[in-house]
Amino acid sequence: MKNLSSLSAIILFLFFSASSAEQTVRTERISGSAGDVLEDNPVGKLKVYVYELPSKYNKKLLQKDPRCLTHMFAAEIFMHRFLLSSPVRTRNPDEADWFYTPIYPTCDLTPTGLPLPFKSPRMMRSAIQLVSSNWPYWNRTEGADHFFVVPHDFGACFHYQEEKAIERGILPLLQRATLVQTFGQRNHVCLDEGSITIPPFAPPQKMQAHLIPPDIPRSIFVYFRGLFYDVNNDPEGGYYARGARAAVWENFKNNPLFDISTDHPTTYYEDMQRAIFCLCPLGWAPWSPRLVEAVVFGCIPVIIADDIVLPFADAIPWEEIGVFVAEKDVPELDTILTSIPTEVILRKQRLLANPSMKRAMLFPQPAQPGDAFHQILNGLARKLPHDKSIYLKAGEKALNWTAGPTGDLKPW
Amino acid sequence: MKLSALHQSYLNRRSNSFRSPTSVDSSVDGSGKSLIAVFWLILHCLCCLISLVLGFRFSRLVFFFLFSTSSTNLYSAPFPDLPVKHLDVHTLGRRLEPGANLTVASGTTTTKSSRVVVGRHGIRIRPWPHPNPVEVMKAHQIIERVQKEQKSVFGMKSSKMVIAVTPTYVRTFQALHLTGVMHSLMLVPYDLVWVVVEAGGATNETASIIAKSGLRTIHVGIDQRMPNTWEDRSKLEVFMRLQALRVVREEKLDGIVMFADDSNMHSMEFFDEIQNVKWFGTVSLGILAHSGNAEEMVMSMDKRKEMEKEAEEDSSSLPVQGPACNSTDQLVGWHIFNTLPYSGKSAVYIDDVAAVLPEKLEWSGFVLNSRLLWEEAENKPEWVKDFGSLNENEGVESPLSLLKDPSMVEPLGSCGRQVLLWWLRVEARADSKFPPGWIIDPPLEITVAAKRTPWPDVPPEPPTKTKDQMPLSQGGNTAVVIPKQQQHSTKIRKPKRRSKRNKHEPKLTDTTQVSSSSSKRQERN
Repeated sequence: MKNLSSLSAIILFLFFSASSAEQTVRTERISGSAGDVLEDNPVGKLKVYVYELPSKYNKKLLQKDPRCLTHMFAAEIFMHRFLLSSPVRTRNPDEADWFYTPIYPTCDLTPTGLPLPFKSPRMMRSAIQLVSSNWPYWNRTEGADHFFVVPHDFGACFHYQEEKAIERGILPLLQRATLVQTFGQRNHVCLDEGSITIPPFAPPQKMQAHLIPPDIPRSIFVYFRGLFYDVNNDPEGGYYARGARAAVWENFKNNPLFDISTDHPTTYYEDMQRAIFCLCPLGWAPWSPRLVEAVVFGCIPVIIADDIVLPFADAIPWEEIGVFVAEKDVPELDTILTSIPTEVILRKQRLLANPSMKRAMLFPQPAQPGDAFHQILNGLARKLPHDKSIYLKAGEKALNWTAGPTGDLKPW
Repeated sequence: MKLSALHQSYLNRRSNSFRSPTSVDSSVDGSGKSLIAVFWLILHCLCCLISLVLGFRFSRLVFFFLFSTSSTNLYSAPFPDLPVKHLDVHTLGRRLEPGANLTVASGTTTTKSSRVVVGRHGIRIRPWPHPNPVEVMKAHQIIERVQKEQKSVFGMKSSKMVIAVTPTYVRTFQALHLTGVMHSLMLVPYDLVWVVVEAGGATNETASIIAKSGLRTIHVGIDQRMPNTWEDRSKLEVFMRLQALRVVREEKLDGIVMFADDSNMHSMEFFDEIQNVKWFGTVSLGILAHSGNAEEMVMSMDKRKEMEKEAEEDSSSLPVQGPACNSTDQLVGWHIFNTLPYSGKSAVYIDDVAAVLPEKLEWSGFVLNSRLLWEEAENKPEWVKDFGSLNENEGVESPLSLLKDPSMVEPLGSCGRQVLLWWLRVEARADSKFPPGWIIDPPLEITVAAKRTPWPDVPPEPPTKTKDQMPLSQGGNTAVVIPKQQQHSTKIRKPKRRSKRNKHEPKLTDTTQVSSSSSKRQERN
C-alpha cells in the first residue's frame, strides 16, 4: 500500500516537473515577490463604486480635445470606461470597497499636444467638494478608501517641473487617498507610500500592427530614439534628464554598437524588435513609454533612472527582466552591457517572451484578462481589507481643506 | 526670496517657448514692488541686454564667478555624490542657480528628501569616448549567441543536409561559374555535400577549383565530352545529373537534393526554403534568357511589344518557370517560359550571340528528398518510380519523369510566388582560350618596347623572344605583359597609381603596358 502510494506520488511529481520543464524551454514563468500574481483575477475580490460626476469633469473635456485618447496619459480615460463595464463595479455604494472618481485632470492640452497641469488642482478640489457634499462616503474616511488615476508627470503634485512639483507636494486633499499614477521615484514627495504605479499608455493596436516574425535575427545591440538635449527648455544641458541622456550621446555617438539618434523613423517599432537592448533613460520625469514598448517587443530594457519605482513593482520582478544602470555609471554603459553573461541575457529574453508580461503592460480596448486594468484592480485588492483606523469618528477631521497655494482654492 | 522671484521669472520665461502657462499668478508668492525688486529687475534687464550683445547667457557667468569656488570643467570627471544635508552653494558645483539651491533646500530638508538632487547636473563624459575593441568583440559574440538562440527557438528545428548536384566541364567560363556556385554553397548554414559531375573525365582543373571550397565534395567524371550545341548539351547534362543521383543512391546520402547548375545564381533564402520539402518540391526559377547582348535585348523587346499588342490578355511575359497554384495554394500546373517570341532567334551553338532558351522544365527548379532514390526507405510514397529501374533511353527530360504522379509535387516559396534562384547560360566563344588553372606560369613573354618612355634613365628593354602568344578572348585586343624586372622597378616608382590604372585597363593599344606605370599615358590616350 505504502509503496503504491509513494510510487504514484513519484510518478505525479515527475509528470508535473516534466510539464513545467517544457515550459521553461520557451518562456519562463514569472514569479513575482507575491507568487504568480500577474495571473490573478480580481473579479470577486473587490467591489468598486463609480461616482456620477457631471460631464464637465470628464466627457466634456474629451469632447473638447479627443487627442486625450491617444497620448500617453490616456490611461485615466480608459480606466473610467473599463470600470463602467467591469464586473467589479457595483451600483450599491454601501457594499463597495473602493470608490472611483471619474475625473480627467490631464485632459487640458496645448496646441502641440502637451498637457497643462495648472488647472488640475482646482478641478480636483472642486470634484472632491462635490463628492463630499453629495455622498457621505468621502467624509467617513476622508478619502482613504477612494482612489484616483493621476497619470501626469509627477502624479498628484500637478506640475511638469520637478522643482515646482516638489514645492507643491501632493495635493493636500488627496493625502489619504490611493493614487494610481505613472510617476514613481523612491523617497520623493510626489510618491505616496500606498500608491500604485502603472505603465504609461501605449496604443496596443498600433504596436500589434507592427509586429515582425520572431525569427528575424536581432542584430542591433543597443537602440534608442529620442531627445538627448531639450533645446527649448534646457539649452545648455544638465537639467534635462539630469544630464544622463546627454552623457549617453556624448559618450556613445561614435560607437557602432549603439544605434542612438533623435530621428523619428517610421520603422521605430520594427527596429525595437531587432534590438537586444533598448535604453529607457529618464526624461523630465523618470518614467517613459519606452519601457512598455521594450517589454512588448522583447527588447531588454536598460533603465537609467536613479531610484525609480517601476510599474506593478510588487508583481513584476523588474531586476530579473531589465538592466538597471545608475546615472553616474552611464559613461561605462558599454562595459556594463557587454559584461553581462550570455545566459543572463537569454534568461531575460525568455522572461520577456512571456505573454503575461506583455499583457500586463497594455491597456487594450476592450479589456482582456491579465492586462493593466486588471493589474490595477489586483493592486487595489491586495490592499484590502481596509484597516479599521481609516474610518474617522464623528466630527474628526484629518484633512486641511485650505492648505496649498492660494491659487488652488479658487473654484473651477 | 527675491532671488526666488528672479528664478521664477527665469523659469517661466524659459518654459514659454514650449508651453504657455495660462496662469502665472499661481506660482508667484506675491512679492511686492519694493525697491530691491526694482533693482533686481533693472539688473536683470541689463544682463539681458549684455547677453544679447555677447550672444550667450552672461548672467549665469556672473553667478558662477560670484558664488562658485570650484573651477572644474563642466565636461569632465564625475560629480561627487551629494548628501542632501550639505546643500551648500559651493559644493553643488558650477553654474547652479543659487535660487534653486535655496528653494530646494527649504523644500527638501523639511520633508522626506530624495537622494537624487534636483538641479543642474554635469554631463559625464569619459576621457576616451570611443569603442573599446575587446568590448565590441564581446558584443558581437552576444549578438551571435542571441541569434543562434532565436534560430533554435523560432526557426528550423532540425536541418537536413543539402546535396548539391552540379554538372560541369572545362571551358573558359567554368572558373567564373563554378566559383559563384561555390561561394553560394559555402555560405549555406547547413551541412552540405557537393556532387560535381564532369564531362570529359574528372580533371585536375575542376578538382583544384572545388577543393578551394572546403566543402565535402564528390567528384565524378564521365567520359563523354560536352557537345557544341545547347540541345545536345542539355541532354548530356540530364545524363550527368542522373549519374549523380546514382551516386547519391549508392552512397545512401541522406538529405535534400538540389540541382545547382554551375551558371545559376542562388539566394540564401532558397536553401532555407528547401528545408521544408517532404518528398518532392518545386520552386520558382527566374529565367534570364538574354545573356547581356544589348542589341538582342532591344530587338526581342520590340518583338515582344508587338506580340503583346496582338496577343490576348493571358499571354504573360514573366520570365519565370515555376509552380502554378489555385487560390487554395494547391498545385495545378506549371508556369513555363514562353519561347514563342524567340522562335528562330535563339542560340543553337554554345557560343552563339543570341538568347539561350531553357528547356520546358529546368531541373534546377526541383528539389527532392534523397530517400526517394534509395532502394529501401521507410515511408517512401507510392507515387515515385523506383529510381534503380529507371530507363534513360525512354527520355528523361525533367525530374517529373521520376514520378508516377506529378500532382504530388509540393510547391515551395509561398506557392511559387517567391523567385529564389535564377537560371542563366553564358558561355565564351568557341575559340577562346584561357590559361590552365588561370595561373600564368611560367610568366609570359611578349614585350614590345614602349615607344615613348617617360623614364629616361630606364633603358627600353630589347624585345625578347616570344614563347606563347596568349590573346584574351572576346575582343581581339592584344595585351602585353612587361617582363618581371621592369614590373618591379615600375612598381617602386608609381605605387599609388596602380589601382587607378587597372581600372582603365580595357582601352589598350598594342604599344601600351599592362599593370602599374604610366597612368599619364593612359590619360593621354
